[in-house]
Amino acid sequence: MNAPEQAPATASIDLAAEFRDAGIGEVLESLERDLVGLAPVKRRVREIAALLLVDRVRQRLGLATEHPSLHMSFSGNPGTGKTTVAMRMAEILHRLGYCRRGHVVAVTRDDLVGQYIGHTAPKTKEVLKRAMGGVLFIDEAYYLYRPENEKDYGQEAIEILLQVMENQRDDLVVILAGYADRMERFFESNPGMKSRIAHHVDFPDYSNDELGEIAQRMLAGWNYRFDEAARRAFDEYIVLRRRQSHFANARSVRNALDRMRLRQALRLFDSGATVDAEALTTITESDVRASRHFQQAEADGAQ
Amino acid sequence: MRITQGCFSFLPDLTDTQIAAQINHCLEQNWAVALEFTDDPHPRNTYWNMWGLPMFDLRDPAGVMGELKACREANPENYIRINAFDSTKGWETVRMSFIVQRPTAEPGFRLIRQETQGRKLRYTMESYAVGRAPEGARYAP
Repeated sequence: MNAPEQAPATASIDLAAEFRDAGIGEVLESLERDLVGLAPVKRRVREIAALLLVDRVRQRLGLATEHPSLHMSFSGNPGTGKTTVAMRMAEILHRLGYCRRGHVVAVTRDDLVGQYIGHTAPKTKEVLKRAMGGVLFIDEAYYLYRPENEKDYGQEAIEILLQVMENQRDDLVVILAGYADRMERFFESNPGMKSRIAHHVDFPDYSNDELGEIAQRMLAGWNYRFDEAARRAFDEYIVLRRRQSHFANARSVRNALDRMRLRQALRLFDSGATVDAEALTTITESDVRASRHFQQAEADGAQ
Repeated sequence: MRITQGCFSFLPDLTDTQIAAQINHCLEQNWAVALEFTDDPHPRNTYWNMWGLPMFDLRDPAGVMGELKACREANPENYIRINAFDSTKGWETVRMSFIVQRPTAEPGFRLIRQETQGRKLRYTMESYAVGRAPEGARYAP
């Protein structure tokens, strides 16, 4: 962390200028612009950024503050943007000087917990070393703790993690992520972990409209687009898909789009005609409607 | 006699901040940093004991500094050095190596003269520390 110069306590500091100088405005803006929906998450990120900024200014005025605890927990259903927001968070922390590198090391249980006695500690420490100066993002963190098996090595990983979270707070920020209910249970059985995490952020599910918007942005990113009818069909698709099991919000949308691209490619290939840029970039209604969810819905309707 | 091996050995000992800055430089060059320790500082003893494996994929010196602290606690009266390995094709070698801890007293080396045929002299040297005690007890405080 860069030590700010001490200013006399009577001096006043322009917060807006501070905000500009830190360059977090752009990150917050791009967060606002690039991510659809997620209003509560964006507000929390703003709050945290504001707190850190104010803290920095306070420090400059010589008002001693504890180094803020920055460990966070992101809970929400799959595909709600937890990893993406973690990346942005790292960027914000980096710009504010609370995180030296601003890189994100994303791990799961397998990367932390070993397979035999004495394997876990070196493995966990190795990961922690890699994450130093940045953000350690632990996806599905509750798998670290398996209450049904008392010999499980996950507990060892948790203890090492807790120690580093406490002692090396300025070297490392830990973000735990996972489904809301399981995270809740994980924190209940690990009170030490709960007390060391200052910020709990909930990621709501996307609405159907938001998913439609996300799909369009994804396609635009890959230089594709829906035509009118396809867009309407896709909205219907989202409604149908949401009813199925294993619905994973934006990730399901992404997979669906991948399959539609496959169908589009095959359609163009089979048609044998010459193609232009227009044909190559457009996903038509038939590409969308060929999905098995439509066929299933039809079958259900027929019954 | 203060032994001089590797970079910076003619300078006063580096502080931890300076060590971290040097490690930072190594990591910026994408070199893998490793810790090694020994109590046999003979210049031809190139194989020191490894403190864990070389640390790949690190982004920040904090990880190395943590290991260095642990190594110092475990080997308080040993020499410890930091090696930075460059894996780029064509280099594939240690690019930088410097001592980050030395024993409080360094007795130095004895020059041994061995007389051979025709009054010829062969020279070699031996560390006093190595001569006086077995491995592990050489620099006991």
